[in-house]
Amino acid sequence: MYPAPFDYSAPTTLEEATALLAELGDEGRVLAGGQSLLPMMKLRLASPTHLVDINRIPGLDRIEQVNGHIQIGALVRHADVVASQEISDASPLIASTAPWVADPLVRNRGTLCGSVAHCDPEGDWNSVMLALGAEVVATSRSGERVIPIEEFVVDYFTNSLQSGEMVTAVRVPRADAGTGGAYLKLERKVGDYATVGVATHLRMEGGTIVEAGIGLTSVGPRNIKAREAEAMLVGQAPSPELFAEAARAAAAASDPASDVRGPAEYKRAVVEAYVRRGLETCLGQISEEG
Amino acid sequence: MQVDVTINGESRSADVEPRTLLVDFIRTHLGLTGTHIGCDTTSCGACTVILDGKPVKSCTILAVQAHGSEMRTVEGLRQNGNLHPIQVAFKEHHGLQCGFCTPGMMLVGAALLERNPTPTEEEIRWEISGNLCRCTGYMNIVEAIKEAGAGRAGDAIGEDLGAAESVAALDDMEEAHA
Repeated sequence: MYPAPFDYSAPTTLEEATALLAELGDEGRVLAGGQSLLPMMKLRLASPTHLVDINRIPGLDRIEQVNGHIQIGALVRHADVVASQEISDASPLIASTAPWVADPLVRNRGTLCGSVAHCDPEGDWNSVMLALGAEVVATSRSGERVIPIEEFVVDYFTNSLQSGEMVTAVRVPRADAGTGGAYLKLERKVGDYATVGVATHLRMEGGTIVEAGIGLTSVGPRNIKAREAEAMLVGQAPSPELFAEAARAAAAASDPASDVRGPAEYKRAVVEAYVRRGLETCLGQISEEG
Repeated sequence: MQVDVTINGESRSADVEPRTLLVDFIRTHLGLTGTHIGCDTTSCGACTVILDGKPVKSCTILAVQAHGSEMRTVEGLRQNGNLHPIQVAFKEHHGLQCGFCTPGMMLVGAALLERNPTPTEEEIRWEISGNLCRCTGYMNIVEAIKEAGAGRAGDAIGEDLGAAESVAALDDMEEAHA
């Protein structure tokens, strides 16, 4: 299968790339890892007339600390995230998710930022980013704009980038002491999309939950932030009853469709079980840390 | 657009359309047909090649993206007329049935063993999880990779394993294709 014909540019600086994107407008698409974009182009679900390949721009492949955040550049591959000690130290939730994204070969090529920008509700990363309150750094010819993830994820395969903008990084707050994070994913086989994916994040201070994040994958037209469930947890002392209540609220916030991966009711039941288990795992990590 | 690559130690180039997929560039333009096209949808791994040291699915990369890169395909496993330890082990352990997934399996296995010469069975299974064998011959594939790591890498390759005949047969096949 071949994609429809297109023009191709491989700029070597960000300035060059953003100038091209400004000129091309909606005709241009950024190519990073290409593990979602190229399959869509082969199936003619996407037919951009000009690809701007950013792989030759130096510096976008960095994982770095920026003002209490850990920042992941546009060319950081999923495999780099799996291997990064810095990520393990800075975000237990991101570290827990990376090995579950696609398969080892796709992880060698696909990028975290590309997956975030793709806004596929079956993608794992946006649930994580919603749970963590991430920020997306968008760059255009006129400069940088920081977009909170809740504003970035608009709908089914739709983000809030404006014409001429590209994602240059995603950043999340560095985990302070007392933080736990877990991504639980039910998949039929390695590399399949999630039947259900659940991202959970907790931070505790002196026996009280001070931060809670819950993101849901593959159970709605976009990745879902279970706000009501999060709010139930904050300010409380953890208990099995509290976790069960939050899990029920998260399941109620999910909106799964019946499909080849299972009926909606089943998926909702998995959300409930996974939120409970995820929160328990977070709590276990925090207790271990002591 | 002109694409220049170093493939299996050799400099090659060809002029291609931007939409040409890397796997087609390798097979059609460079004539290296050991890299297979299976699902063509990033699922099966039959098209696996090593691109700048990392195994990737060449059906989901554009040839133009590989410009300036160093690649290794199944044809590059053999060194100085000797089979690679992974090839010997696949032969010895019957790590292939129809052979369609074999180039990808061997490249992923070889790349794993370069990083970690003594992987556990679980590590091997995770590593090949992006490669499908529709004969379902996974047991022997896993055993072959394990065996290739466990000491074979340092051995005089191919002794007493009928490898000389295999190399001769490979040479004949390559001549027939040329």
